[in-house]
Amino acid sequence: MTRVQEDPVLVVDKLTKTFGSRTAYSDVSFTVGRGEVFGFLGPNGAGKTTTVRSLGTLITPTSGRATVAGIPLEAANAVEIRKRIAIMTEAPGLYGRLSVTENLQYFVGLHHLSNGAERIKNALEAVNLSDRARDTCNSLSKGLRQRVGLARTLLNDPEILFLDEPTSGLDPVAARGVHDLISGLRDRGVTIFFTTHRLAEAEALCDRVAILNTTLRTIGNPSELREQLFNKGLTVTTAAPLPDPDRVFTGLPGVESWDADGTAAAAYHLAVSDPAVAAPEVVRALVHAKADVLSVGESRHSLEDVYLELVNEDVEASRR
Amino acid sequence: MSALKAVQAVRSGRIDATRVRAVVRKEITDYRRNRFILGTMTVLPIVFLVNPIINIFAAPTSLTRSALDARVGSTMLFLLLVPVILPATISATSIVTEREQGTLEPVLTTPVRSEELLIGKALAALIPAAALAYAMLGVFLLAVKLFAHQQIADATLEGPRILAQVLFVPLLAGWAIWAGIAVSVRADDVRVAQQLGTLASLPPLAITALMAFNVITPTFRLAVLFAVGLLLLDAGAYRLIAPMFDRERLITARRSK
Ligand SMILES: Nc1ncnc2c1ncn2[C@@H]1O[C@H](COP(=O)(O)OP(=O)(O)OP(=O)(O)O)[C@@H](O)[C@H]1O
Ligand SMILES: [Mg+2]
Repeated sequence: MTRVQEDPVLVVDKLTKTFGSRTAYSDVSFTVGRGEVFGFLGPNGAGKTTTVRSLGTLITPTSGRATVAGIPLEAANAVEIRKRIAIMTEAPGLYGRLSVTENLQYFVGLHHLSNGAERIKNALEAVNLSDRARDTCNSLSKGLRQRVGLARTLLNDPEILFLDEPTSGLDPVAARGVHDLISGLRDRGVTIFFTTHRLAEAEALCDRVAILNTTLRTIGNPSELREQLFNKGLTVTTAAPLPDPDRVFTGLPGVESWDADGTAAAAYHLAVSDPAVAAPEVVRALVHAKADVLSVGESRHSLEDVYLELVNEDVEASRR
Repeated sequence: MSALKAVQAVRSGRIDATRVRAVVRKEITDYRRNRFILGTMTVLPIVFLVNPIINIFAAPTSLTRSALDARVGSTMLFLLLVPVILPATISATSIVTEREQGTLEPVLTTPVRSEELLIGKALAALIPAAALAYAMLGVFLLAVKLFAHQQIADATLEGPRILAQVLFVPLLAGWAIWAGIAVSVRADDVRVAQQLGTLASLPPLAITALMAFNVITPTFRLAVLFAVGLLLLDAGAYRLIAPMFDRERLITARRSK
């Protein structure tokens, strides 16, 4: 968090974008620090791509302000901002009749960069595509095209790298390759702003995540978000359902409430104030009740649970 | 702050030749592998060479010098149709196609300016058009020199006439290219753009036709005026078209289908 305050590279202040009567995103504010990996999550149509396009000077926000790589987001500064960033767009958008290298050469020229050949070589190595350099892009699979799109964003050594769903359509090994690449870029001080629907990926890679659903629902470190949103808990499984679970669990020290797990016959969730105090008490009580205990463990909430909780709240709110 | 200084430098900046060159190079590489464009470049010269050659070889030798001049003049105007039609076709689709393929958005994430992109695309359309038009002119003149009756050859192979022909190729192509690019910037559909592009090449075609049928007499003064008008238009058109290049609309506008 301190990094964010010391050296912000992306400051977004009450940004809103509407298309006619449709609001793409509204009143979005956040700050990203230099060298941070920032995950931007949210359901389809949440406004992620539109936010990336706005910060990348491709479209003009309806209201609000932002600073990108130290430069105010204004039409007159667009060229200077674009020199310092790179965006991997949702669709890779490659010239199918040109080879991989020719596609990258075009972008070296558009960026007016020196040492083009070397940059292209390094970019292709970074995404593991050196052996396909001469192939035309039409002949590449979806995932390989995605990787060319990623290589293209590395050419100009951006300060901020915006990646719109960089791993969508990638096989697990290739996705892992992208994760390694992101980690490597972070180590070199590149700020990475990426959107994804893979929550485990966001959890593993991101210093912080934001969850957007037209408005910003939450922002923070994945483990902080878990703690904010969920009580601490224990999960208990027994060989057979307890005849009277209420008598076993209610009133135990540290146990606040209990709940049967909807999915399994003999599993129970216990809300506890401190798992270290409650767990031994629960085991003793179960033994006392002559239950065959299979496991007692701390409930682990994933970022996915956080996400589903927040997004489902929105779905329910919209039904009301 | 160095960032702010750089901002000022760019604000006062001009066209970057490296970026323009990158656009030209990519476009030409792409055309050379594009069957539609290669096909058009093959068919057009066949159609537009056969007619003038027949026209000039069929000219009776008994014509007076002025009648012969008129005949040669109208024939050679016909040769100027290719540098209008070909670049109009190429440029009318040049931006709308990129929108459809999704290649425009990544390009617009780079520091390239609209003017640089437009000038690059215009030059890339001009190069094949001019090359083809000059090749056709060369073939035509050679055929006349080798095989035509002496009288016809004398009337055709006149210095000023050939010079005018050489000059009008890029001037007319320039008109067609800018008109085509204007269409391409506005159109939301490749096929509509193609049709409008053909329409956009009509004005110079109409003038050409009027001269060919002697409705307007192709005098030297008229030719010079026409040339100067085209030159001014060609040189400044990007200033008119660049403001039409609305990045946001080009990226986000949905096709109304
Ligand atoms: N050009 C446009 N015209 C009108 N509405 C648009 C336009 N572009 C986006 N929208 C709307 O804005 C909202 C946000 O879209 P956006 O593409 O930013 O979502 P997203 O979070 O990237 O979704 P996904 O996960 O599906 O990629 C959606 O409701 C979308 O329909
Ligand atoms: Mg999106």
